[in-house]
Amino acid sequence: MAEFKEISPNAPLGAKVGNWFENRFPTVFAEYRKHMSEYYAPKNFNFWYFFGSLAMLVLVIQIVTGIFLVMHYKPDAAKAFESVEYIMRDVPGGWFIRYMHSTGASAFFVVVYLHMFRGLMYGSYRKPRELVWVFGCAIFLCLMAEAFMGYLLPWGQMSYWGAQVIVNLFAAVPFIGPDLALLIRGDYVVGDATLNRFFAFHVIAVPLVLIGLVVAHLLALHDVGSNNPDGIEIKKGPKGNRWSPDAPADGVPFHPYYSVHDIMGVGVFLMVFFAIVFFAPEMGGYFLEYNNFIPADPLVTPSHIAPVWYFTPFYSMLRATTDTMVNVLCAIIAAATVLGFLKCKCSMALKVAMAVVALVAIALLKTFDAKFWGVVVMGGAVILLFFLPWLDRSPARSIRYRPDWHKWLYAVFVVWFIVLMILGIMVPGPIFGTPSLSWLTNELVAMIGTLFYFGFFLLMPWWSQLGEPKPVPDRVTFKPH
Amino acid sequence: MNIWKKLVFGVALALNLAAASHAASGGIAWDKAPGKTNDLASLQHGAKLFVNYCLNCHSAAFMRFNRLKDIGLTDEQVKDNLLFATEKVGDTMKAAIDPNQAKAWFGANPPDLTLIARSRAGAGGTGADYIYTLFRTYYRDPSKPTGWNNLAFPNIGMPHPLWELQGERRPVFETRMDHGHEVQAFAGRWEQVTPGTLTPLQYDQAVGDLVNYLQWMGEPAQNKRVGIGVWVMLFLLLFTLMAWRLNAAYWKDVK
Repeated sequence: MAEFKEISPNAPLGAKVGNWFENRFPTVFAEYRKHMSEYYAPKNFNFWYFFGSLAMLVLVIQIVTGIFLVMHYKPDAAKAFESVEYIMRDVPGGWFIRYMHSTGASAFFVVVYLHMFRGLMYGSYRKPRELVWVFGCAIFLCLMAEAFMGYLLPWGQMSYWGAQVIVNLFAAVPFIGPDLALLIRGDYVVGDATLNRFFAFHVIAVPLVLIGLVVAHLLALHDVGSNNPDGIEIKKGPKGNRWSPDAPADGVPFHPYYSVHDIMGVGVFLMVFFAIVFFAPEMGGYFLEYNNFIPADPLVTPSHIAPVWYFTPFYSMLRATTDTMVNVLCAIIAAATVLGFLKCKCSMALKVAMAVVALVAIALLKTFDAKFWGVVVMGGAVILLFFLPWLDRSPARSIRYRPDWHKWLYAVFVVWFIVLMILGIMVPGPIFGTPSLSWLTNELVAMIGTLFYFGFFLLMPWWSQLGEPKPVPDRVTFKPH
Repeated sequence: MNIWKKLVFGVALALNLAAASHAASGGIAWDKAPGKTNDLASLQHGAKLFVNYCLNCHSAAFMRFNRLKDIGLTDEQVKDNLLFATEKVGDTMKAAIDPNQAKAWFGANPPDLTLIARSRAGAGGTGADYIYTLFRTYYRDPSKPTGWNNLAFPNIGMPHPLWELQGERRPVFETRMDHGHEVQAFAGRWEQVTPGTLTPLQYDQAVGDLVNYLQWMGEPAQNKRVGIGVWVMLFLLLFTLMAWRLNAAYWKDVK
C-alpha cells in the first residue's frame, strides 16, 4: 500500500480533494499516470495514428446508441421491423440514434481497416508487439461477428437473406455442417429463434468480449510502447526529455500532447460522420441497403443478395472459390511440391513428407465440395492476418526503410483489396455488357485477387527478405510544428 | 398475332423482360421526380391523393394519421377530410381491403407503402423517381388480366389507379437496331387515346405531389434532419478549429 500523504491545510481545495482520493484510491492515480500523463509515445506520429483513438470513439458511439436502441427495439420476428420504424418515427430523436448506430457500423470498419493498414505499413506487429496485433485481429473478428448479427436485427429483406446465405455456409462444413447450421439458426430456416439469439450475442456476448479485447490490446500496447512511422524503438534510444530524466528522449506524454492531437482528429472525423448521419444516412444504399426497407419475407428471395460493403472483399473470395479455383489450388500445391523436391536442400525423408502432405491436401481439396473450401478461404483470409508477425521477415520494420518496390507491392495489395470489395458488391457473371468481353467474369477477376491476397501473405517470409533495405536513422524523423 | 401484341412482345424482348416479376429488375430509364419534400401545399395534395387512391388497397402501416401535422394539417382537418371509417387520428394508415381477396384479384398482396419511396431506390435513381415514372407509363394491354401494363414495371399486377385523372395513353414504338437485330423499342413519346379529367401537365403535377408525399412519408423527419445537420456541422467546424489551435499551442514546445 502506498504511503499515506498528509497535505498542508493551506493547500488549494482542488489539491486537498485530490489528496483525499489518492490516499484512499491510489490505483486510479497510478493507472492514470501509467496510461496517460506518463505514457511516453513517439513524437513523430502522423495522420495514420488517428484511427486507433477514432476506433475507440466509434466503439463508445455504438455502445451508447445501442443502449438507447435496445430501449425501444423488439427482438421478435413479428415486431422487429415495426419497432425499428417506431424508433424512426415515434421515438423522439429515434431517427438520430438509429442513424448514428447504422453509420457507426460502417464507420467502425472504415477506421479499423485504416488502423490495420497503418500497422501493416509501419510493421507495428513486429517483435515485441506481436500480441498487440493478435489482440487487434481478434477485435476485428469480433467486430465482423458483431456487425453480421446486428445486421439481422432490423429484419428487412437483406437482413433476412444475408443471414440465410451466411448461416447456410456453415452447413457446407463436412460431417457436422447441417447440425452446426441448425445450432446457429435455432430453427430450420432463419426465424424468430435466430433473431433472438443474434440479439443476445449482438447486445451482450460479443460486446463483452470486444471490450475485454480492447482493454487487452491497450494494456499490451502500453507495456511494450507504441511503434511509429519510422519503425524505430524509442525505448532503445537516448533517455531524458523535458518531463522525465529516464523517459525516452523521442517520447512525449500521451496526455496532454496526444490527447489534444486526437481531439483534433475527432473533430474532423465527426464532421464526416455527422455529414453522413444528417445528409446521407443511406450513403447511396451502401450503409443502409434499399432492400432492407422491405420487411423480411421468407417466401420472396431478392434477385441480388449482397452483404454490406465491409464484408464484400471476403465475400468475393468465397464466391471466387469455384471448382476451377480448387483445380488451380491443386495445381499450385503440385507445382510447389515439385519445386521443393528439386530446390530444397533438405533430407529425403523431409521431401517425402512434403509430398505426402501435398497429396493429402490435393485429395482433401478434391473430396469436399468447393463451397466448403470457399468457407475455408473466406475464414482463412481473416485468420491469416493473425500470423502476420511471423510471416514478415524484412530487416526493416517500417515501409519507409524497405526497398521501394515493397511500396508498390503494398499499393497493389490495397488495389486488389478494393477491387475484391467492389466485385463482392456486384452481381456474379460477366463484368462488362459487351459480348467480346463476356469471358471476363466477376469470379475470374476475384479468383486472381484471392490468389494475390493469399500469395501476398503466404509468400511474405520469402519476398519480405528480398531487396536492399535503406539505412534506418538512430532517431525518429520529426519536424517541429 | 395482331400488331398490338407484336409491339408488346417487341418491347418485352428489347428490354429483356420476358418474365419480370420484380419492378426493380427491369423497365425503362426513370424520369426525375420533383423531390420537393418541404412544399407543404404539394405534400397536402399528395396526402389527399394518397388517402383517396392508394389507401383502399395499400396500407402505410407505420405511418400515423396525426403525423400529418408535420405537413401543416391539424387533427381536425385530418378527421374531416382524410378519415372515412372508424379510424382514430392516432391510428396508423391501414388498408380497407381483405388481404385474401387482394391476393385473389391482383395475384399478390398490395405491398405496404410507408417505405416504398426508400425501398424502390436503385441504380436508376431514387425510389421517388421510380414511382414518378411508374405512374406516367401506364398503358392499356388487353393481354393482361387487369387490362393494364406498365413500361417501368412490366407485367405489373396493379391496374392504373389514376386512369380517371390521366385517361388512356398508348406508347409510341419505333424500330431500332440492337446487336444487328431489328427490335421494337419505346420511342419516348405517348399518344393520348381517351382524355382524362386532368390535362397531361396537371396530371404530371398531381403525380409529382403524390410522389413528394410518398417520399416524405418514407422518412417524416428528413427535412428536420437536414435542418439540424447544418447547425451540427457549424458547431463541429468551430470545435475542430479550436481543437486545431489548442493542439498547435501544446505542440509548439515540442522540438
